[in-house]
Amino acid sequence: MKLDSQRLKKDFPILQQQVNDEPLIYLDNAATTQKPAAVLDALQMYYETSNANVHRGVHTLAERATNQYEAVREKVRQFIHANETAEVIFTRGTTTSLNWIARSYGEANVFEGDEIVLTYMEHHSNWIPWQQLAKKTGAILRFIPLLESGELDLKAAEELIGGKTKIVAVSHCSNVLGVINPITELAEMAHQAGAVVVVDGAQAVPHMPVDVQELAADFYTFSGHKMLGPTGIGILYGKRHLLEQMEPVEFGGEMIELVEEEDSTWKELPWKFEAGTPNIAGVIGLGAAIDYLSTIGMEKVHIMEQELIAYLWPQLEKIDGVTMYGPTDPAVRTGVVSFNLEGIHPHDVATAMDMEGVAVRAGNHCAQPLMRRLNLQSTVRASFYLYNTTEDVDKFVAAIQAVKEFFQYGTL
Amino acid sequence: MALSKLDQLYRQVILDHSQHPHHEGTLEDSTDQIELINPSCGDVIQLQLRIEEDRVQDIRFSGHGCTISRASASMMTDVMIGKTKAEAFELTQGFSELVQGKEVSDVEALGDAALLNGVAKFPARIKCATLSWKALEKALAAAGQDEN
Ligand SMILES: Cc1ncc(COP(=O)(O)O)c(C=O)c1O
Repeated sequence: MKLDSQRLKKDFPILQQQVNDEPLIYLDNAATTQKPAAVLDALQMYYETSNANVHRGVHTLAERATNQYEAVREKVRQFIHANETAEVIFTRGTTTSLNWIARSYGEANVFEGDEIVLTYMEHHSNWIPWQQLAKKTGAILRFIPLLESGELDLKAAEELIGGKTKIVAVSHCSNVLGVINPITELAEMAHQAGAVVVVDGAQAVPHMPVDVQELAADFYTFSGHKMLGPTGIGILYGKRHLLEQMEPVEFGGEMIELVEEEDSTWKELPWKFEAGTPNIAGVIGLGAAIDYLSTIGMEKVHIMEQELIAYLWPQLEKIDGVTMYGPTDPAVRTGVVSFNLEGIHPHDVATAMDMEGVAVRAGNHCAQPLMRRLNLQSTVRASFYLYNTTEDVDKFVAAIQAVKEFFQYGTL
Repeated sequence: MALSKLDQLYRQVILDHSQHPHHEGTLEDSTDQIELINPSCGDVIQLQLRIEEDRVQDIRFSGHGCTISRASASMMTDVMIGKTKAEAFELTQGFSELVQGKEVSDVEALGDAALLNGVAKFPARIKCATLSWKALEKALAAAGQDEN
């Protein structure tokens, strides 16, 4: 395992640098991941050899760009095991995907008195679109509570999800607690109630095998930049029969079939949702990222991360004054580790760690409601990925010790 | 070791202010109050002020914050109490320039807060340092309007 991540790290030019005179240890992967040379090369190559607009030219470059663009759609389909490419829509990212579902599917299917069920651990981007939908329609938001362990309370979920539920929107993995949620069970509850399940997979797809059909997800969303790809590209997966009944959220070129002065018809799936010139280079880069991940294998990526956490966890537990959040059971957690140091504000921890070359995040991680539930203002978050080695873990632990010593009298 | 660089930011006086802040608490007879949030970290500061006869007569602060924001709030109250509104506003501008690494004509006037000049080398923390000063600036502006 050690050798693997050490070897992989060499593929990432940005990780070869020093920060504040120390080798960079990048542990902010839940925010965004670094890009391997293969992805950077694919972007460069695309602009050098194939750049043209897609779906609207007969010349050679236009054909080449279109083929490459559509080939990535097929790659994504295979990667998440969708039934067909028509169910794979390119968006700007998870946030855009979730907004579109709330706007299009939500506004057509949710009415006054209906219920939308979320969980208390949702990221703001899987919270506010539903909050706004509820405000607009008069629907009611309900929240699945968490157990002490940070896992979802499934008994409570069973009671919450019922006849009035129209949508269950839940993250596959939490960006704060690192918990993996039981999507299949929640989907079954939703479907028995006649509701659809919308999954925020931003923290799952980069880290483990995802099969949207096995999960029985009706909608599934994720971002390219959190899985070694470029920013500005993401995926909205939806079951065909749902996407078919949905109206596009954006209108313009590329998504139309026939335009008359007063009315228009839309292209078929998936293009009816892709108005305007898309992020073609972003799509190409995402394709290269998927190739990179597939070569390693997502099962292996998941195991590597679990082994790394298994190596880290007991060391963290041993440090006096460290409180960790989220499940202790490695079977239900990812490489996201949130913690606090007693008496030291997370911001001070993050600044101090930065001086040691260790990049971690401090804050509420776009999850203010969760922070309130946990009675916290903020946490420090270290999030690991496939290029993080056991040496990185050692340096991270040493940095925590150093920070503790520096602020030995606390900062609060 | 790289942590020694931290000394530029976390000077002893700053740590002292953070651990034993001046004017933390609430004011019974406040005339103005304000709450400001640092959205990047969720830190919150509440200021209660007594502004009378065009002067900041008293201030108390409360809320949650890191070392830098607590120390800065404590130092801000030290220097502001007794100042006229115009003087207070002037000081907020001076402090804002200080933490951005700009030349400030009268550094002395900022009192202990002058020691926060190290923040300029930690741009991610400028917002922590300025939170209480921005809160005061807003409160002064609002107080100004009430009277007009
Ligand atoms: C769980 C979760 N959902 C949604 C998002 C939003 O992703 P993006 O900013 O790429 O749209 C993030 C990332 O910040 C996340 O961690």
